[in-house]
Amino acid sequence: MSGTSIPLSEAKNGSILCISAIEVQGVLRRRLLDLGFVVGNIVEVLRRSPLGDPTAFRVSNTTIALRREESSMIYGELIGGVEA
Amino acid sequence: MESHVSKGSDSLDSLLSVAKKLADGGAIRDEIVSGIYGVSASICSDAVSYRDKKKLNSTFKLDNIVTSKIWGFPIMLSILGIVFWITIAGANYPSSWLASFFGIIEGYLTAGFQAIHAPDWLHGVLVLGLYRGTSWVISVMLPPMMIFFPVFALLENFGYLPRVAFNMDRLFKKSGGHGKQALTMSMGFGCNAAAILSTRIIESPRERMLAILTNNFVPCNGRWPTLILLSSLFMTGAASTGAFKTLTTASVLMGMVLIGIVVTLSVSWVMSKTALRGVPTHYTLELPPYRRPQIWRTILISSKDKSLNVLTRAIVVAAPAGIITWVLGNTFIGGESVLNHMAAFFDPFAQMLGMDGYIMMAFILGLPANEIVLPILLMGYMSSGAMVDIDSLSSIKDVFLNHGWTWLTALSMMLFSLLHYPCGTTLVNIYKETKSMKWAVLSAVIPLGIAIGVTYAVAQLARIFGWV
Amino acid sequence: MSHYTVAFAGNPNTGKSTLFNLLTGMRQHTGNWAGKTVITAEGEFTHNNHMYRAVDLPGTYSLYSNSADEEAARDYIIFEQPDVTLVVLDATSLERNLNLALQVLEITGRAVVCINLIDEARRLGIDINLKAISKRLGVPVVTISARNKIGIEALLDQVERVATGAFITDPMRIIYNDEIERGIAELTPMVEQMIGSKYPARWIALRLLDGDDSLLASLKENIKSKEIPEAKEVIGYGVTC
Repeated sequence: MSGTSIPLSEAKNGSILCISAIEVQGVLRRRLLDLGFVVGNIVEVLRRSPLGDPTAFRVSNTTIALRREESSMIYGELIGGVEA
Repeated sequence: MESHVSKGSDSLDSLLSVAKKLADGGAIRDEIVSGIYGVSASICSDAVSYRDKKKLNSTFKLDNIVTSKIWGFPIMLSILGIVFWITIAGANYPSSWLASFFGIIEGYLTAGFQAIHAPDWLHGVLVLGLYRGTSWVISVMLPPMMIFFPVFALLENFGYLPRVAFNMDRLFKKSGGHGKQALTMSMGFGCNAAAILSTRIIESPRERMLAILTNNFVPCNGRWPTLILLSSLFMTGAASTGAFKTLTTASVLMGMVLIGIVVTLSVSWVMSKTALRGVPTHYTLELPPYRRPQIWRTILISSKDKSLNVLTRAIVVAAPAGIITWVLGNTFIGGESVLNHMAAFFDPFAQMLGMDGYIMMAFILGLPANEIVLPILLMGYMSSGAMVDIDSLSSIKDVFLNHGWTWLTALSMMLFSLLHYPCGTTLVNIYKETKSMKWAVLSAVIPLGIAIGVTYAVAQLARIFGWV
Repeated sequence: MSHYTVAFAGNPNTGKSTLFNLLTGMRQHTGNWAGKTVITAEGEFTHNNHMYRAVDLPGTYSLYSNSADEEAARDYIIFEQPDVTLVVLDATSLERNLNLALQVLEITGRAVVCINLIDEARRLGIDINLKAISKRLGVPVVTISARNKIGIEALLDQVERVATGAFITDPMRIIYNDEIERGIAELTPMVEQMIGSKYPARWIALRLLDGDDSLLASLKENIKSKEIPEAKEVIGYGVTC
């Protein structure tokens, strides 16, 4: 459990992260904020789709699926779940 | 106050520039949302308590199986297969009951017309045209649709559809489409025209256009019965009966749906590499918690809606089509009916595609609504001499066989039905949604081209290899 | 009999359409996925001798103009000024759902917050302290289950109280950080002076700070069309203000 941030796309299934940065702009950033991907919020990596992508995340008691393109731009610090 | 208003719209711009100076950069939006988020979170921490977080996540336990690497796709296919199986097994008997019921009524009607010495043409137009056309559509369409859609609605209310979109997203992404295209395709099962409106959930115009262009490759309400009937009559082998027959019919239908999906993905891929080039836009998909559907209410509402829908279409489209077909079949020019002339005209071309002129003509006359393709075809065949009393489903097969049908004819017609242009209502909706004549025309021409190409290839292959 | 307009706002897939159908007797197709309602529907219902015109807005996550749907919902609430905006929330994911409620309350105080799927939440062991939420939000908050028809009468009573003005709402105002508040303080009087008091000046100032061009476009269009007749005033039947 270091303090370094990793992109959500690299986090293993089952890991729990605290969002530290969102490196996207524009409409997508707005949309992500609306969905609860806000700095400081907790995200759990639930599972990958059978074909490997997208990934389902649990955030604010809802489940949101993001593609790698999006989830690789969101960074979080690992705070629990499976070991990195 | 009025004076403020009138100068308002000009000075609003200056207001925005003042605001932009104050805002000084883009971070403010984050601050606003995190402000709101903070308040939400604090209200929730005050007012909402979770007795058991585990239980809350349990609604998603099912996802471990339904979207798992191993089971995700097998489950998807088997659910589809089971839905088809239920539909075919359940619709078989009511369809024949309805057919024989309408047959008996027709007998009485004919007797009645004879009793009052009504002229032949009147009996022809009203009974053989209008009545038969309508009753045909009803007995072939109503039972399968009243089973298929309630089952589908149950799946939808349960929350399964977003999982399908989740499972299949990679395929859509590879082909340049949007993951939500899986949702609009699911709507297409019901009605392509309605599905065109549902593509509004895709925000990017490019990906939305892909979803619109390809929606037709999902067989709709009006084409299911044709596919079901033809596959159960011709695709199951002579010896098969009962459960086995139902099973093979269901597999054939599933094959059709898979072909539709493959074509959808290929067309999306080609279009996104050519006319609709662009980078995939962002993608977020919510997977709602599973909810137990209200089973009986869903079934009741959905079957009521569907039966109303089928009945209205039967009256609005099938009745006039029945009359027109009868008139065409009974207006003679040079000893042959107009219908036969038309069929003869299309015949050479249709033969290349594994079909015949009557089938081609039925597809052309069926442009307003796919429901009427099969009735028009049957009426065309019947007016061309071989009068068969159709009061059971098996006698339909005799009509087809009398006109030289083989399994290839059935397969070609199924493929053509699956792939050809969408119905008139859908095309109108496409025009309204895209506001572009070019795209409306293309969304008819592209599928038509594919339908011709595919049926031509299949027919040629089958003939070269001597399968027929 | 008096007429009121009620707009139904809410996140996608919160059972908004189910409630709308239940009240208006209409049969909009409902399903368990986000984005089901693509076309705004209208219906009518009555309660205690009051007629209500119900408008089902598209389901949105926010009103910050990220999409055509959000712009449509936002424009309706700002420019059509319904007598009551009914915000339908999903009890099982309140945290995210409350965002939208808070955004609505920044535009209009004439709102009722309706927490749907309460039976589902209970089943999942979620306890919701209604009084606490209502006190913070400053508008009536009701829990219901639209599909099992629980709490509908109580909801309509609250809608009536807000519509008739019997309940004086005191909508929560979010206090942002100093920088934003300073900006709002500077802009609000200018906005008020320019477009009058008919529209929520503080909220517009906030949106302008965020550089919301689409709101600006909508404002221009509406101000232009309002210059000629005052048709929209009729809807209020003198209840507004």
